[in-house]
Amino acid sequence: MSQTDSMAAKKPLGGLLSLLTRRHRTKIRGKLPVIILFLPPALILFTVFVILPIGEAAWYSFYDWNGYGLPTEWVALRNYQLIFRNGAFLQALINNGLIIAVSILIQVPLALWLATLVVRRVRGAVAFRLLFFLPYVLADVAAGLIWRFVYDGQFGLVAAVFNALNMESPFWLADKGAAMVCVLAVVVWKYFGFHMMLFVAGLQAIDKEVLEAADIDGATGWQKFRRVTLPLLGSTVRLSVFFAVIGSLQLFDMIMPLTGGGPFNATQTMVTFLYSFGVMRMNVGFGSAVGVVLFVICVSLAFSYKRVFMKND
Amino acid sequence: MTDTEAAAIAPRKAGLGGQRVALGTRVYIYSSLIIVAAIVIVPLLATALGGFKTLGDLRGNAFGLPTDWQWSNYGDIILSQRYWLQMGNSMIIALASVFLTVMLSAMAAFTFAHVKFFGSGFLLNYFLMGLMFPAATAILPLFIRIRDLGLLDTYWGVILPQVAFHLGMSILLFRNYFRGLPEELFDAAFVDGAGYLRFFWSITLPLSRPIIATVGIISFVASWNSYIIPLIMLNSESKYPWPLGIMVYRGEFSTDWQLILAFITLTILPTIIVFFAAQKHIIAGLTAGAVK
Repeated sequence: MSQTDSMAAKKPLGGLLSLLTRRHRTKIRGKLPVIILFLPPALILFTVFVILPIGEAAWYSFYDWNGYGLPTEWVALRNYQLIFRNGAFLQALINNGLIIAVSILIQVPLALWLATLVVRRVRGAVAFRLLFFLPYVLADVAAGLIWRFVYDGQFGLVAAVFNALNMESPFWLADKGAAMVCVLAVVVWKYFGFHMMLFVAGLQAIDKEVLEAADIDGATGWQKFRRVTLPLLGSTVRLSVFFAVIGSLQLFDMIMPLTGGGPFNATQTMVTFLYSFGVMRMNVGFGSAVGVVLFVICVSLAFSYKRVFMKND
Repeated sequence: MTDTEAAAIAPRKAGLGGQRVALGTRVYIYSSLIIVAAIVIVPLLATALGGFKTLGDLRGNAFGLPTDWQWSNYGDIILSQRYWLQMGNSMIIALASVFLTVMLSAMAAFTFAHVKFFGSGFLLNYFLMGLMFPAATAILPLFIRIRDLGLLDTYWGVILPQVAFHLGMSILLFRNYFRGLPEELFDAAFVDGAGYLRFFWSITLPLSRPIIATVGIISFVASWNSYIIPLIMLNSESKYPWPLGIMVYRGEFSTDWQLILAFITLTILPTIIVFFAAQKHIIAGLTAGAVK
């Protein structure tokens, strides 16, 4: 610490020093050792466990292979043809689309609305913020199991409600039509708090004087929100939607304890499909092809979203 | 009008207490918040209380307090080896992942922030590619790589891929933070004759506690809760972290919901305690990762 103190004393000279040293920076001791020591560990790990596997997925996807020996049985594009003819995969695509739609149309607006409430200086607002963020911190697996209990038609909360009304309790998670709606509800329950926190941060960054000016001009609450707050929150909304989309595409952990992709593949997502049809059956070629499709969807969505909506952020 | 006048007359009061909120607005705010809070907390409370019930009690009385508190549901799990083993496994994997993620990404980010070299921009973008797709996309080749390295069913088989997939985000966070440190520090240190290595250890790292905490929290929470990578890499139950262990437990006691609920409660309890104890840091960490 004494070293930083001595440097703080020299701070006024900083401008002059930086002029002096900027030219000599290439000669600073230890540049080569730093590049040689500091970069390769991360670079090797990243290449071996992130980049190469993606390349290998593309390679394996052209073979019929059970994972042992080397892939030899070249099947060209057959795995891809099989994927897009597979009813369960098409259902998974629809489900991922549904999750994205619900995240954007229900979860993000809900989070924004709650953020405008908890950002007010009312008693207990901070406690509510904390509570709403709690589901986000819990593991997806735990959340999935908890809701499996909630939805249980025999012992769960849903059963208790229906019994109290003297009605026969339904088994929603075993019902092809209802199961996906149940999953969507859990997704909103689990993630709205995260988006709410993003909006709280965004709202706190808005200059109070702008809103006071609107007050003086006689704007109503809704007008203030629509004309002042929302436009100023633009970048936060775009960010929140971005995370909703990317997160929706990866959904897996929560589905497994909740429904396992069933009943009759009604709640498959692309990742649960990859797991049930690729990993469980050690169908490396087919599973890799699913991975490649997921990769292409993720990357092209991320790229085009950033291009179109976030270029100024 | 009266509002602004009041604010002009008593600016200090307004500054401390915030805007006065009308009674009607307050009713609307609180009733909305309480309804949402109930939806958040009722499933959690019912889970914790359900762990104290008998199965029969659960069936007739899912919402209420237990008619007869079954402490043994919790007691048996707390005293069982499997609970502590799972928690221990999760802790080992999470701590190792955090340590490696912080070290490797801080070092790489330092190079990107301070050392000018040919190809630095390209390499940074190379790492940032990792932000765009989840580990699930490459899970089968990843499994085969880990198998061929002989790391299947070891902690390392889980730790290394997890760290690799956290590197992109962590390097980005560290680099942005390092670049925000005052340039004068850097110049002064070099005039004093410090090299890059010295600068990294004695100046950059001690000044980087906030960002180390942020990256540490993000990777700890992700690792503690992670499911798909351990699911694919581990075979023996003795090495399972808790999200896998809880699924096995559920498989064994599939209809004994009261035991499963007690088990869920005990496994998420550490998360809840730590969350409320360090909420400021955790919320800041997890959202900062998104915003920056």
